[in-house]
Amino acid sequence: MARPVLDIRGFRVGIEGREIVKGLDLTVRGGEVHAIMGPNGTGKSTFASALMGHPAYEVLSGTVTLDGRDVLEMAVDERARAGLFLAMQYPAEISGVSNANFLRTALNARREENDPVPVLKFHKELKEKMAGLSIDPTFAERYVNEGFSGGEKKRNEILQMAVLQPRIAILDEIDSGLDIDAVKVVAQGVNDMLSENFGVLIITHYQRILNYIHPTNVHVMMQGRIVRSSGPELAEQLEARGYDWLRQELGIEEPLPQEA
Amino acid sequence: MSKPEITGVEEYQYGFHDKDISVFNTGKGLRREVVEEISRMKGEPDWMREFRLRSLEIFQQKPMPNWGGSLKSLNFDDITYYVRPSDQKGRTWEDVPSEIKDTFEKLGIPEAERKFVAGVSAQYDSEVVYHNLRKDLEDMGIVFLDTDSALREYPDLFREYFGTIVPPEDNKFAALNSAVWSGGSFIYVPKGVEAKVPLQAYFRINASQMGQFERTLIIVDEEAMVHYVEGCTAPIYSESSLHSAVVEIVVKKGGRCRYTTIQNWAPNVFNLVTKRAVAHERATMEWIDGNIGSQLTMKYPSVYMVGEGAHAHVLSIAVAGKGQHQDAGAKAMHLAPNTTSTIISKSISRAGGRTTYRGLVHFGENVKGSKAKVNCDTLIFDDGSKADTIPVNEVLDNRVTMEHEATVSKVSDEQLFYLKSRGLTEEEATRMIVMGFIEPFTKELPMEYAVEMNRLIKLEMVGSVG
Repeated sequence: MARPVLDIRGFRVGIEGREIVKGLDLTVRGGEVHAIMGPNGTGKSTFASALMGHPAYEVLSGTVTLDGRDVLEMAVDERARAGLFLAMQYPAEISGVSNANFLRTALNARREENDPVPVLKFHKELKEKMAGLSIDPTFAERYVNEGFSGGEKKRNEILQMAVLQPRIAILDEIDSGLDIDAVKVVAQGVNDMLSENFGVLIITHYQRILNYIHPTNVHVMMQGRIVRSSGPELAEQLEARGYDWLRQELGIEEPLPQEA
Repeated sequence: MSKPEITGVEEYQYGFHDKDISVFNTGKGLRREVVEEISRMKGEPDWMREFRLRSLEIFQQKPMPNWGGSLKSLNFDDITYYVRPSDQKGRTWEDVPSEIKDTFEKLGIPEAERKFVAGVSAQYDSEVVYHNLRKDLEDMGIVFLDTDSALREYPDLFREYFGTIVPPEDNKFAALNSAVWSGGSFIYVPKGVEAKVPLQAYFRINASQMGQFERTLIIVDEEAMVHYVEGCTAPIYSESSLHSAVVEIVVKKGGRCRYTTIQNWAPNVFNLVTKRAVAHERATMEWIDGNIGSQLTMKYPSVYMVGEGAHAHVLSIAVAGKGQHQDAGAKAMHLAPNTTSTIISKSISRAGGRTTYRGLVHFGENVKGSKAKVNCDTLIFDDGSKADTIPVNEVLDNRVTMEHEATVSKVSDEQLFYLKSRGLTEEEATRMIVMGFIEPFTKELPMEYAVEMNRLIKLEMVGSVG
């Protein structure tokens, strides 16, 4: 299969009449790791959710294509089956549904109805992937995210990504609330998947996770726009100096944060 | 009288009916002669005929209940109270008339019997047409008969308990059943005997505007155990049918009884059932009650805990779709010290359907150390659907513990978005949330029933989205 390409042009997103993402251009290809950094309240998470098609957000204008196909025309589940994946900042809890059952259903949603994934094969692979992420085997039979700690939820997102094998993954604040060991585990899970057939967009507030997942491209988002794009050295600059120097350099007056 | 609306037809898969091959019926309406005729045909002893006639009087005197669901479209004059489908009862399926046998084949009953139950009773309209109990259970002294045969074969045991737990005076529909009852199951499990495999009964209404009034009596002797499972379906006609059963259960000292129902009546059946158990010292009674079908169900399985340390467990789900009202619940009567009860009710309302949880927890005098826990969870799909919770607590002794929790939830957008973002369609996502919601129920069912239950819910959920 050809190398995946997610292409975003002039993307504007609003919620309840308020424009949050104000024209954003970005291309993510297989084999690339893009990091979008920025202070709180600049529209990073809105951007991620809108890409996946969250019903609360309204796309005002712009185009998004995955491998040349119009993503904005697709329903949420079609986007997922086309190869887009969003690791969420606050994953929902589904009571009464085991992780294993959920993942198997999600895998089968990508296959022909008369060709479901063989149950034993599925459980064997799930077990291996859980071991790779230092996840306790009992995890498979626990209800989806119910009673999970913050770290367990994040690891569960990465496990789902590993099982579902998307073409482009968006990781929204995957590092928030994790201790350093958990960050390493999560980063390892992402690194294990990196190839020409897989591209990643990491949305983060902190530079820390980028010590373990090395980005090819770093972007800074402020006030709903990407204001600077560069190589990995930009992340180190931000870590050392914060965002203020960049604001001053760009002449941006940052209002008080309103939205995460 | 107005014709009831036929609803949910497109989703109900058991709505077919066979041609009428019945050999006898009492005609429409309920008169003294009808009751006498039923009793005469069955060759019953005088005491039973007298019991029926007395019950008829009680039925006629009692007013219609003015609470619960609407009974306006139920007209007692339009109902046929007794339909005899066949003159014989089979012990092998070959003995059953082929039309009737085909119906039960379609419903998967002979297959279930071959695979995972120890005894099967199949009732078609008013009579049990097939009955069989596995030899090894028979050898353990377990009695599993249709109720009419039990009256003939075990007259003393029968008379000792029959009508003592649910007397005809209890309510109008118990009185009706007592007057015209026919069929049902009779089970006796001797002291210390454990039936490790479930016994199953299947109730099928075939005739139009028919009333099915089975009567079930289960006696679990000291330290004995049984699990009884029943299923129900009916064809869809333009006129309503009535199902009004009475179930009486006695669980003696240290005994255990589990009674599982998967009720999937057609959406034009009135399902008005009285189910009650008496639990003696250390006895356990469990009602596992699934209500998916019917136009209106009014059913409140009860446990009277009369012996110290008795335990009651009621786990129910109710699914109400278009035009359906499930008015269901439970009664836990704590009448001895250190008795415990748990009631878990799960209800789903969708497409304008209505569910009501109606429950009573009663603590009598001198019941020190007793505990009750009630948990009602409701899932509402859309704004036109409705769910009510009506819990009543009566406490005559303060040395008890009572917990009550109720939650109402909607299928949340965040849950749907999450599941869809992993590739599930809206329908698959909704189904998964519903399956998860009822999982505490399905996990209590024997595996084969859990599979069937999930399949039914899937069918029920088709078209519930959008």
